[in-house]
Amino acid sequence: MGEVTVPSMVRLEEGVRWIPGANALLGPLNKLVNWGRAGSIWPVTFGLACCAIEMMDAGASTNDLDRFGILFRASPRQGDCLVVAGTVSKKMAPVLRRVYDQMPEPRYVLAMGSCACSGGVFDTYAVTQGVDQIMPVDVYVPGCPPRPEALMEGFIKLQEKILKEQFRWSQWR
Amino acid sequence: MESMAIADGLQARFPEEILQCFSFQGQVGVGIRPDRVVEILGWLRDDQAMRMDHLRSLCGVDNARRKNGGLGRFEVVYNLYSIALRHEIRIRAQLTEEDPSIDSVVSLWSGADWMERETYDLMGIRFNGHPNLRRVLLPDDWEGHPLRKEYPLRGRGEWVGITDLQAKLEELDAHGFKADDPGPEAGDAGDAATGKRKGDC
Repeated sequence: MGEVTVPSMVRLEEGVRWIPGANALLGPLNKLVNWGRAGSIWPVTFGLACCAIEMMDAGASTNDLDRFGILFRASPRQGDCLVVAGTVSKKMAPVLRRVYDQMPEPRYVLAMGSCACSGGVFDTYAVTQGVDQIMPVDVYVPGCPPRPEALMEGFIKLQEKILKEQFRWSQWR
Repeated sequence: MESMAIADGLQARFPEEILQCFSFQGQVGVGIRPDRVVEILGWLRDDQAMRMDHLRSLCGVDNARRKNGGLGRFEVVYNLYSIALRHEIRIRAQLTEEDPSIDSVVSLWSGADWMERETYDLMGIRFNGHPNLRRVLLPDDWEGHPLRKEYPLRGRGEWVGITDLQAKLEELDAHGFKADDPGPEAGDAGDAATGKRKGDC
């Protein structure tokens, strides 16, 4: 008796350790915040063309985006990620930007399909040549339209990006 | 009634208004002068043997690059159908380049409203007597009529809505607000191994 044993901490992953018996994890807050964000991306749908059909399919039962914690929201106020699915006409561009402006930080943009990435085959008077002309884009998913698997890959890329973020939760952001 | 019989009926009723008759793949079109179009289409709608109660479509055509002559620079095409009698006819009103205008048929079929607005929007054909002849697809302050053959594919200059938007975005950038910017302190406090977020993806 008398000797105090210090429990050794168990390394769970890079920078995160578990203290057995204390019910506690030790690690940077970045990791916790990013983990929570990456696991609950709520996209605002912005279906504009045929890509929207593939987006719906990705959300339906066979592919099931819900298992990534991705739940589609119909309001920009409740969204983290704007999925631009389809051809953005010039008349739609100010509307799309307003939707983006209404989203709270942190917000991400996923350009789905050739048209949203670059204008696609519609190099014409009426089509915005890439949605990145009017807002910053985090992930580009090429394809015409991309298969649901490609959209899922895009979301996984976005999760990887979120997991690498530093201090996006703080006032110093 | 056969389409050709309808064309013959038109020829008998309005001999001085009919220019020529087209027939292709069993479909019959009748080229007419534009001046009395409401009267002609009104007769087709109300005559008991015709009863064209349904305006299937209304659109404009630009013949600027068409090889075979005899047609006006622009046409307005009316596809008519009789739901009761199940027959159809196509009317092609010939317009000149100097005065691309024609009387509106909204008084006959109220469904012509938006179709005439679309034709005005994209082809620049004016419809006299239309209750609300504004653009319907393009923004109100758009310049030009894109489906005319002389309109370049990428347009002439940028639409003022896009330039306004880009000016607004530049103003936002001038305030230093960038979602991707990790901020000055983040570099000191952040993990040196991962570094800045920019350009990760």
